[in-house]
Amino acid sequence: MVKQNPKIEISDLKVRYDDVHAINGISFDILENEIFGIIGPAQSGKTTLLKVINRTIDFSPEARVTGRVKVDGKDVMRVGNVYALRRKIGMVSPLPVGLPLSIYDNVAFAPRMAGIRERSQLDELVEKCLHQAALWDEVKDRLHSLGTKLSGGQQQRLTIARALSHEPEILCLDEFSIAIDPVTTMKIEDVLKQLRSKMTVILVTNLVQQARRLADRTAFMMNGELVEVGSNDVIFSDNPANRKTYEYVNGIFG
Amino acid sequence: MSSVESKSNPKGSGVRRFAESAGIRRKFRQEAMVKWLLAGATGMMLVPLILIIAYLVFKALPILSVGFLLDNPVKGMREGGVWAPFVGTMYLIVISLAIAAPIGVLAAVYLNEYAREGWFTRIINLAVINLAGVPSIVHALFGLGAFVLFAGLGRSVLAASLTLAIMTLPVIIASTKEALASVPMSFRQACWNVGATRWQTIRHIVLPNSISGILTGIILQVSRAAGETAPIMFTGAVFFKKVQQGDMFPYGLLDQCMALSMHLFTISTQVPGVPMELPYGTAVVLLATVLLVNICSIVLRVYLRSRKKW
Repeated sequence: MVKQNPKIEISDLKVRYDDVHAINGISFDILENEIFGIIGPAQSGKTTLLKVINRTIDFSPEARVTGRVKVDGKDVMRVGNVYALRRKIGMVSPLPVGLPLSIYDNVAFAPRMAGIRERSQLDELVEKCLHQAALWDEVKDRLHSLGTKLSGGQQQRLTIARALSHEPEILCLDEFSIAIDPVTTMKIEDVLKQLRSKMTVILVTNLVQQARRLADRTAFMMNGELVEVGSNDVIFSDNPANRKTYEYVNGIFG
Repeated sequence: MSSVESKSNPKGSGVRRFAESAGIRRKFRQEAMVKWLLAGATGMMLVPLILIIAYLVFKALPILSVGFLLDNPVKGMREGGVWAPFVGTMYLIVISLAIAAPIGVLAAVYLNEYAREGWFTRIINLAVINLAGVPSIVHALFGLGAFVLFAGLGRSVLAASLTLAIMTLPVIIASTKEALASVPMSFRQACWNVGATRWQTIRHIVLPNSISGILTGIILQVSRAAGETAPIMFTGAVFFKKVQQGDMFPYGLLDQCMALSMHLFTISTQVPGVPMELPYGTAVVLLATVLLVNICSIVLRVYLRSRKKW
């Protein structure tokens, strides 16, 4: 395997909401152009980690963050232009969120907010993103109907198209398949495999098998701590470094 | 959920509970009774409304005409129409809302979208709620002290409008906040995730999707501004003021004015020998003004709702 540069470096990250410790000091790197899986039971701090990476933790004023998360070598908590940081990162939430706009406007929202006004440029971008999200063929004839009228699976792909619309270098998916059917899930998984060559993908998932299928490396988190991180060959083998990993992956607990 | 239920009732399984047919019959009976009770309460509410309108219109019928609206009161208010007070009420509504609505909406946007939960916002929210509950006569005295005397506006249209604005402001803030809060949080998060600023999020997503609720809250305050007598009695409305018939802009901001609510009060209690249909006619005009505005607000709301997108 080629030596890859770290895209995100996390060192001794701690997050607490008032008295609740969400993350208790985790450290690992996420490399460029890999699919990085994060698995673990509920309350293990996975979603909080994503919020720190794109600094939307700011909107939870009760959260206290210590330690360091660097994206491209820059500390996210000290970054000056937080909007540029967020545009560098595409975020897909567990439940699909179609903004109450047309399909076209949903995808064109982020570029417009970033100041792109030219119609032709927007058209091109919208088509590209919808293609990437495997949605174009289904909606190309009704781009100006409401995004919220789409089915759940389509809306989730619309959400992915929107996350891609600001041409991010990192794509974070937070349990994206929780509300959609297996067929659509497979469609999106194929999309992710293609995106790997272009960007870093962080895949937070409750489905252990999904991480096994897609990820290059996987981290197993529990109760805000990192149990183990390593290449999939190790994590999903019979002999991961930590016994708990073996038990979780094989459904013995959790 | 099911585990909680079985814990609280360890012996009774789901099967046993559903088998109680007597209980089922009682439930159906209950359901029917509650439905009739609720429908009855709704009907009871309609009865006085219809009676009020019917009675007022019946009593005022001999005098109602276009002329009644366009003529001025004459002969010591014992004859003529309601033009001067009608225009005065319009002045008060428009000016007070022009002051209160923008301030109220901006404050509500700040409180709901920007302000962090803390002692400061808690105090503001408490103040908003309490201010909304202050009786109008207290607002009147405040307006008298603050605007008429201290600010030196004298008894004037402006002072009365400012008093009405102070009175309607907290309610506008409260209703606007509620409308903003009805926009799902997930929309905002989606916007923030793609790098939109708070203001961009508000401007493009939150406001367009709460505008119908915001407008409804504002327009409902029209009826308060139109109907209140106490706050304007001390601050700008007068017993009589001479006005040209049909003049749309008879008052300056610092003039005193007549108003329908005040006019109704004076001709029904202060002036002897007023024919009965005159106060009733005035009441009908006041009611019609408010109803007209409310109907406009309903039409507007239905239109904006139809464009609501989730």
